[in-house]
Amino acid sequence: MYFLKLLFRNAFRHKLRTSLTILSITIAILAFGLLRTVISAWYAGAEATSANRLITRNAVSLVFPLPLSYKDKIRQIEGVKEVSYGNWFGGIYIDEKNFFANYAVESKTALELYPEYILPPDQREAFLRDRKAFFAGRKLVERFHWRMGDIITLKGTIFPGNWEFVLRGIYRGRDQNTDESILYFHWDYLNETLKKTAPRRADQVGFYIIGVTDPNRAAEVAVAIDKTFKNSLAETLTETEKAFVLSFISMSDAIIVVIQLVSFVVIIIIIAVAANTMSMTARERIGEYAIFKTLGYRGWRIAGMITGESLLITMIGCFLGIVFTSPAAKVFNKFVGTYFPLFRVESKTIYMDVAASVLVGLCAAIVPTWRAAKIRIADGLRRIG
Amino acid sequence: MAPIVEIAHVTKSYHRGNRAIPVLMDITLNIDEGEFLALMGPSGSGKSTLLNLIAALDRVDSGTITVGGVDITVLSESELAAWRAVNVGFIFQFYNLIPVLTAFENVELPLLLTNLSRGERHQHVELALQVVNLTGRMDHYPAQLSGGEQQRVAIARAIVTDPTVLVADEPTGDLDRVSAEEILELMDRLNTESHKTIIMVTHDPRAAKKAHTIRHLEKGFLNNVLSQAPL
Repeated sequence: MYFLKLLFRNAFRHKLRTSLTILSITIAILAFGLLRTVISAWYAGAEATSANRLITRNAVSLVFPLPLSYKDKIRQIEGVKEVSYGNWFGGIYIDEKNFFANYAVESKTALELYPEYILPPDQREAFLRDRKAFFAGRKLVERFHWRMGDIITLKGTIFPGNWEFVLRGIYRGRDQNTDESILYFHWDYLNETLKKTAPRRADQVGFYIIGVTDPNRAAEVAVAIDKTFKNSLAETLTETEKAFVLSFISMSDAIIVVIQLVSFVVIIIIIAVAANTMSMTARERIGEYAIFKTLGYRGWRIAGMITGESLLITMIGCFLGIVFTSPAAKVFNKFVGTYFPLFRVESKTIYMDVAASVLVGLCAAIVPTWRAAKIRIADGLRRIG
Repeated sequence: MAPIVEIAHVTKSYHRGNRAIPVLMDITLNIDEGEFLALMGPSGSGKSTLLNLIAALDRVDSGTITVGGVDITVLSESELAAWRAVNVGFIFQFYNLIPVLTAFENVELPLLLTNLSRGERHQHVELALQVVNLTGRMDHYPAQLSGGEQQRVAIARAIVTDPTVLVADEPTGDLDRVSAEEILELMDRLNTESHKTIIMVTHDPRAAKKAHTIRHLEKGFLNNVLSQAPL
């Protein structure tokens, strides 16, 4: 208790200097937290995937479709529980800046394969009954202030034309990391329209979603599916849902690496700032450390005082940084929410903030501690007066 | 009376670059228990260095120093730290109090290295502050105290552990005449009433007069002339 009091009083002996150092650490932790949150948000899609689901796409590229006829063949493979399919629709709502993910899916099977989408039974029935219906995530509905029964128009980019849909359901995520900003509509509606407008594109799907009976056998099932369509006109590539999402993320690997580097550079800079403060502090107090030694205090106790003070300052900065990270993330989300539907400060990020702060506190104290511990008492006492 | 401090053939040099500057040369001195010794001499004569060696703040080049039967020249740094905490009380010219601690907390500082309970520590601190007549200002910070009061706090801190010897380096050097007189009176009382062994370095002949014995150092040599201060 005595030493804690001493640490506090020492830390705030130079109020302005300490306040500015704390401010720097707060801003650095805030920046570090936001950057780590961006990285987490990038991987959020992968985290939300299920081990029970496989995705099958054209082996050449995702842009090439697969025949609808594969559905029955896939269903017959051992280990397959359910098969759904869909297309990335890529529709634009009013303006391109209103980007959100929208898919045409085989509704009944898709809803069974995605139990994390909680759709009230009456809305589910209403959606399944209406050919032009769509259901969307709570956040997306709130974003555009849609109400049940509203008719919206998406301008097709992959499938040209203006497509009208009726809102029949609003889903909530079962888990914290479930994306609540996606729109789903009936694949049949897309296919029937294509039969009339572009018959060559009908009866083709962008991907299959496969539910497996046992996640431990997912790899085996994936191999079996791809083997089934080997040497066909449209060979398949089947992978776990997580691997499928990660393959998208890997396209922006360079950006993630840069963000990670910047987040670590922020920590290095703040180590330098804190080390500078602690060096100045220790230099000013060399005489006092000599007094402590005179009274019988050993080097490790003095090291403890300097390290404790350094940790105290950094942890106050860390605490404030963490306190401000969530509100800052909310503001940040308003601007980037379109690209990061799951922009949320995770507890992992908080732990990293704390770990980074402890690292900063310890590193900043190394040189001052070494100097103070090594100073000869007679030399230290000579600096007083 | 048996000597409590025995200094035998001690030499000490400082190094400036490759050059060794001799400060103390073949010093031999015995200080009896309960003695009040004043070390005098011009600046650079080595008196503070000798005091530092007796208080184990510095190490000898050669020779031995035995305090209370312990040869402190053979102790390791960590053993010396533990030894100082128990055996030596320090009084400095510039008081050397910790500015962020109150008078009470400054006096308590050496006791934190002991096994005393919080209550016992508080009893010891209050007693030490009573001796220096500062119980009314125990919650004041050093900056709120006069020079004389700060030095009295420093004396309380020096005696709180009941050390074997008290070493004082120019204890009145930074004080006005009245405060200096009060501090010297206090030290005299500690010597006569509590039988504390005091070794004091001073330039001030008035301060030296309070001591029983005055030894002069000149150019690193201890004068054989032993002055007896008038009691």
